[in-house]
Amino acid sequence: MRASNVTKAVALALSVAWAAGCSTSGTSTDSGTTTGTDGSTQGVSTGTGVSGTSMQDVANLQTVFYFDFDQSVVKAAGFNDLEKHATYLRANPSAQVVLEGHADERGTREYNIALGERRANAVSRFLQVNGVSASQVESVSFGEEKPAVLGHSEGSWSQNRRVELKYLAR
Amino acid sequence: MKYLSQSLLVFICTLFSITGYAESDLAIEITKGVDEPTPVAVVPFSWTGGYALSEDIAQVVSDDLGRTGLFAMMSRKNMLSFPTQQDQVYFRDWRIVGNEFLLVGRQIAGKGNEISVEFELYDVLKEQRLLAERVSGNKHNLRDIAHYISDLIYEKLTGIRGAFSTRIVYVTAQQFGQGKVKYRLKMADSDGARPQTIREQKEPLMSPSWARDGSKLAYVSFESGKPAIYIQYLATGKREKIQSFRGLNGAPAWSPDGQKLALVLSKDGNPEVYILDLRSRSLSRITHHYGIDTEPSWSPDGQSLVFTSDRGGQPQIYRIHLPTRSIERVTFEGNYNSRGRLTQDGRYLAMVHRGIDNVFHIAVQDLKTGRLDILTDTYLDESPTIAPNGSIILYATQKGVKGVLGGVTLDGSVRFILPSVSGDVREPAWSPYLQ
Repeated sequence: MRASNVTKAVALALSVAWAAGCSTSGTSTDSGTTTGTDGSTQGVSTGTGVSGTSMQDVANLQTVFYFDFDQSVVKAAGFNDLEKHATYLRANPSAQVVLEGHADERGTREYNIALGERRANAVSRFLQVNGVSASQVESVSFGEEKPAVLGHSEGSWSQNRRVELKYLAR
Repeated sequence: MKYLSQSLLVFICTLFSITGYAESDLAIEITKGVDEPTPVAVVPFSWTGGYALSEDIAQVVSDDLGRTGLFAMMSRKNMLSFPTQQDQVYFRDWRIVGNEFLLVGRQIAGKGNEISVEFELYDVLKEQRLLAERVSGNKHNLRDIAHYISDLIYEKLTGIRGAFSTRIVYVTAQQFGQGKVKYRLKMADSDGARPQTIREQKEPLMSPSWARDGSKLAYVSFESGKPAIYIQYLATGKREKIQSFRGLNGAPAWSPDGQKLALVLSKDGNPEVYILDLRSRSLSRITHHYGIDTEPSWSPDGQSLVFTSDRGGQPQIYRIHLPTRSIERVTFEGNYNSRGRLTQDGRYLAMVHRGIDNVFHIAVQDLKTGRLDILTDTYLDESPTIAPNGSIILYATQKGVKGVLGGVTLDGSVRFILPSVSGDVREPAWSPYLQ
């Protein structure tokens, strides 16, 4: 009985060491391994002709727009820069943006993904009201799955309730 | 000193027997006790084989029964003797310490890897044998043997079919470095042991849902950069992309007959519930409202869906009767009720409920009486999933800064946490009974 207890204790110690070692090696190799099916939503330049001045106009604009809890109303603080994005998109019909909608972690995941979409759509409507063609704008919601900031307080939550505007083509 | 080292040893062994082995993500702890659980003793089983067994079957059985909250399991260190067959049982010894039932057993080596377990369940008060069985397996599936025995004991003592031989799936998210996350879909035994990764990717995975025959899962994956619904066959790992319209493709839920999938699409402008016929691939729209309609879940008879909608201004749970398409609101207490899941008898609705403390808890509503009970007191509790026999609700919660899985009995009397050692654990989904 005693002997088997000791064996178990040793096995446990070993298993802890093994688990620790495993997670470390997992971390170091993770970046190198790809399953091959992963997609990416990072902006990619497709090299469309863009005039220098227009590019300059959007380069320094705000691209992340924040929302109140359980709300999908675009805040006035973002109007100015969104209008400038709209101006650029109107002037460059081949330019395209994706609007990534996000929610904070409170509430259920599927409801939050719907909320994230509602936020992305609110920004999309703002752009379209300002003359942008619907074909230039796409909404994608990640709900609470991709927080910008980890943490369980309003400080983190307020940064996670957001829409990120990303140029797919300029 | 001796006492200290002994208790440490006991602690380590307890930890060990509970967590299983090296790759285990989960461990059990009882956080709240039931008023009058039935005292049961599971005596260590004898073993006559020439090698060490990798699992302590009797301990797994004892842990299974203890987790239901219905039984108070006697600690081995309080046992006066370790009988393994009837002629070694002195009922008086067990009665004196308050036991009502006693399980003894023998593990017998067969040819090669084969192992048989003979066990007997006794009623200590009546001094009667209630059950005597022999179960066979091999040394690599000792936990399967253990859960099978637990199922038989549970059914004998409660009259309800045991659900220990079932599986759970869940999603983990592991951070490694700046903004890089590995998402995994994992499957484990119902007690969290023997976790296996069945899908791993760099983009989020969500909403796993079991087919009623237990052979496949539906889930949401962002691997293409956008949400799409996939079906994955467990035996082969083969995957099939089912739905990827523009906008949301989410919340898949298998119908009880296995032929249909309820899901949520926003292709018509806002999230609506649809039913996809998996044979004909025809899609029928179920809800029509400009609000958010999501999180469909089937009633056991397949005649209705419960779903979350904010059509009343806040998320509440509604029910749509499919033949007539009539809709009724089900939840009224609190300003946030979502992700409803019905028990197999259709009587209880488990949900995420935001209480007056503004915190998200798991609650259950008795649909017969309308009574709502809040079962958890942690915060950010979500994703309730119910064991097929209705005994336990598993859910996702936070412990420290980590997402972990918690369990609670349907009456709220026993809770336990399954702590994670690697990454955030979320979105548990309990399998149906498996063949």
